Parts: sequence; structure tokens; C-alpha cells
Amino acid sequence: MKKKNFASRAWLALVFTFLYAPIGVLIAYSFNSSKSRTVWTGFTLDWYKKLFHNEEIIKSLGVTLVVALVASVLATVLGTAAAIGISGMKKGTRSAIMNITYMPILNPEIVTGVSLMLLFVFAGIDFGYVTLILAHVCFCTPYVILNVLPKIRQMDMSLCEAAMDLGCNQRQVYGKVIIPEIMPGILTGFLMSLTYSIDDFVISYFTYGAESQTLSITIYAMTRRKVSPEINALSTIIFLVVLTILLVMNISDVRKYKKLARRDGI
Amino acid sequence: MNKKSRILAFPYLLWMAVFIIIPLILIAVFACTTTITVDADGNRLSEEDVLSIKEEYAEVYGEEADAELENAIFEKKVFTWDNLLGVSAYMPTLINSIWLALIATVICLLLGYPVAYIISRMHYSKQKMMVMLTMLPMWMNFLLRTYAWMTILENNGLLNKLFGLVGLGPFQFINTQGAVVLGMVYNYLPFMILPLYSIMTKIDDRTIEAARDLGAGSANVFLRIVLPLSTPGIASGISMVFVPAVSTFIISKMLGGGTNMLIGDLIDLQFLGNAYNPNLGAAISLVLMVFILLCMSITNSIDDEEMEAVIV
Repeated sequence: MKKKNFASRAWLALVFTFLYAPIGVLIAYSFNSSKSRTVWTGFTLDWYKKLFHNEEIIKSLGVTLVVALVASVLATVLGTAAAIGISGMKKGTRSAIMNITYMPILNPEIVTGVSLMLLFVFAGIDFGYVTLILAHVCFCTPYVILNVLPKIRQMDMSLCEAAMDLGCNQRQVYGKVIIPEIMPGILTGFLMSLTYSIDDFVISYFTYGAESQTLSITIYAMTRRKVSPEINALSTIIFLVVLTILLVMNISDVRKYKKLARRDGI
Repeated sequence: MNKKSRILAFPYLLWMAVFIIIPLILIAVFACTTTITVDADGNRLSEEDVLSIKEEYAEVYGEEADAELENAIFEKKVFTWDNLLGVSAYMPTLINSIWLALIATVICLLLGYPVAYIISRMHYSKQKMMVMLTMLPMWMNFLLRTYAWMTILENNGLLNKLFGLVGLGPFQFINTQGAVVLGMVYNYLPFMILPLYSIMTKIDDRTIEAARDLGAGSANVFLRIVLPLSTPGIASGISMVFVPAVSTFIISKMLGGGTNMLIGDLIDLQFLGNAYNPNLGAAISLVLMVFILLCMSITNSIDDEEMEAVIV
């Protein structure tokens, strides 16, 4: 048993080293005073200073956040309404619609990107914020629908009937019963949209305009220029932000679990 | 949900038609058309014809030649199979992409399967932490992750420095097919681990204990309990790694140095690159899409059958 434990620990260590070594290298080089990626010449914070004064990066960070927020809100509203509507349909129609809904997720990203680009060229829409946001709503909505639908299915339909018996009209049933019941699904859908939108490169690459470069597009342009240590500094900051978010989520999760465990007397 | 709620889906149905169905139709239309030049009577003109007409008009009309030309030469879109047939010229690239993506998928499966299993047998609070550690690199922008490997694999990069210390090398790492596969494995490994993990947490420890009690050795437990029960996870892990890997164009651009073209690079070149030809690009996209959807339906059917087998 001991031997087996060691083997599995070693395997985990190996895979996690593989996953984290490159990130560690980026972080280390972000403090390297030389511009070169090969020699270590001393500790510096210059690249962080340069990064914060790099207008291109600051501006594209703004674009990324605005696009992600607007697109996620739109996708959440559109997707939630769609999920409620779809669950009221007959099985055949429902599965036909769901098959089409899966398309932007199942298709390779490059195909979705190219197809949207053709659409915008065909419709004569100038590439910019509008095209970028529409494209992001397009690949975010399926995630919202996929998160909300199961919550509707789990819902006790007699709740709606009870609300109506007690004098709620259709609108109040949505506002007071259905939406609060499926809120966890809506929230997960929204958060997923937000992360996918912030992280997206391929679809943005085919739909952005000169005035609406997202952070991914700017990073892409920087990597093409080969040596730019600001990227290392940027990676370090992004890594720390993501780490903090995940740690906070994880800690609150464990707390919730402990509370539940205590309540259930496990 | 009652029938009245159906109205709520209408905005989405409209959206679906405009932003999912029409774009796909446009790809098919672009793939099956080409732009030709015709004269006023609708006869097709070759490039030489167009040039000679232009010269003639320039002599006759002088500065007004352009305005007059608009009434003499027209662009027309006609149906053709040429683009789709032309894709066959790029078969080696397509096959190369599939081959590299397959290697990457197999490596991901071999690396990720034990990881998913080990994590799924840990204590609950530890599991959460390990899953978080698996997801963390995934949340970093994938361009940055790939860029990190550029630093390591360069000719005078970190890896060659290390080999240099023990008196080996320098080796050529970057701009090789191996580097492209490495990039794929690195970027998509979490996509393999996570679905495998989520299916393995559902395997009851007692099932494994029961098998042991009944005399099964480790190999038997793995082959007859763990492997069959985790097949749906394997199927979804494979498709989650294979699909993005086969259609990538950034990894090959950054780590393959532009010489190891993949099918994604080819599409990129036709739309935003030097070889501007959206018709051919659409045809390649269409082929890629059909190929992927076929693959998915195969893995999905495995998935369903196995699921049913497990439930029954």
C-alpha cells in the first residue's frame, strides 16, 4: 500500500510540475532586469512599471472588461428567457433547438469565428465593439442555456401552480417563483460567460475592429514581436488574480461543506 | 413549464436563426461559389480579356475609363465545386493536423487518466484543492501559456541551457512538430483531467472493495471496474482535447514557426493572411466542420451506449 501511495504522489508531482513550470518561468523572468529571456542579470520591477504605463495594454484591458460584461449580461438575459421558453416546448422541437444551440460549442472555434466574420461582412456591419459583442453573446448564450435548463427541470412545478392559486399573475410567477428558484443556474451561466469572454482569443481574432482590441489580441500582437518582458509581468499579475479568485471560491466552498457536514452530523 | 412561457424563447429563436444558422449557411454558400468576371452579355472573361479591355478603354476614354468600365465588366458569383475539390490539395495538411492532434490526445489521456483517478480517491476537501490546481493554468490566457513554452524551448532557451550544463546539445526544440504536440498537450491537459475526474468521483469505493473481496487483483479491478465505469469520461475527454487541438492555429504559429502548417493556419491564411481567398477558406472550414461533427457523433454514440450499459 505504501509503495502505491508513493507512486501516485510521484505521478501527481510530475504532472503538476509540467503544468506549473512554464508559469514559474514566466514569473521568474518578470523580475529579470535584462530584456533577454535567457540570462539573469538581476532583480527589477521595471517591467511592472512599464506595463502600467503601456496605454495599449490598459486600453485593451478596458475593452475586454466592457465587452465581457455587456456580452455576459445580454447572453444571460437571452439565455434565461430561452431556457424557460424551451422547457415549455414539445420534446421534438426542444431537441431540435438544443441541437442547433450546441453548434457554437461543438464546432471548432475557428469555424464559428470565420462564419461570424462572413455574416458581418455580408450584413455590412463595421468591425468594432458591435461585432465583438455580438460574437461573444453568440458563444456565451449556449452556456447560460445549458446551466439554466437543468435547474428548471429540477424545479417543482406545483410551486408555480400554488403561486397562481394564491393570486399571482404570469409575470409575478416569473419574478417571484421561477427566477429565484433557478438563480444558481443563472449565476453560474453568467460567470461562465464572463470567464469565457475574457479568455477568448480565436473568435475575437476574427471579429474585432481596430478600435476594439481585446487583451488577448494585444497579447497576440506582443508575442509576434518576440521579446517583450512586459508579457511576463502581465502573466504574473493575471496568475495572481486568478489564484486569488480560485482560493476565495475554494475556501468558501470548504466552509460550506463543513457547515453542511456539521448539520448533517457526519 | 406551461405553454405560455414559449413566447420567452422567441427572441432566442430569432437570434439562433441570424447568428447560428445563417453564418453556417454562408460558409456553405461561400464554399460552393466563386467570383468570375463577365461582360455585358454575360460571357465569362479571362484575366487576359479583362486586361485588354481595360487597356482599350484607357486609350479610348482616358480619364473616364473607370466609369465606362463599370458598364462593360461585371463581377458575378457562380456555383462551383472547385473550392471543395481544391481542398484535396491540402489533404496532407489536414492529415498532419489530425495526426498531431491524435498524438496529443493520446498523451493527454495517458498523463491525465491516473491523475483523475488519484484525485478522485482523495479526501473531499483535498479533492477540491487538487481540482482547483488543475483548473488554474486553464484560467490563464492560453496565449500566455504558449508564450511560456517559447521561452523554454528556444534555441538558446532554458531547456537548452540546462542541457548545456551537462554538456549536451544544443537541440532544436522550437519550430518542430514535437513542440506543436507539446503545446497541445500543455494547453488541453486540464480538459482531459476534468471530465475524467467528474465521472470517477461517481465510482463508489464500495464497488472497488467488493471486487477486491471477490478476489480481483489490481489489474482486474482496473480493467473490469474502473475502466468500463469511466468510459463516458474518456469519450468526452477525448473530444474536448481533440477538437481544439485539430483546429488550432496559434500553437502551430507560435511553437511550430510557421513551417508546420495545420489546417487552422490554412483557414486563417485564407481569411486574414496573405493568401486571401474566402471561398477556399470557407470550403476548408466546411470540410473541417463536417469531419469534427462526424467524430463527435461517433464518440457521443459510444458515450450513450456505455452509459446505458452502466445503468442497466
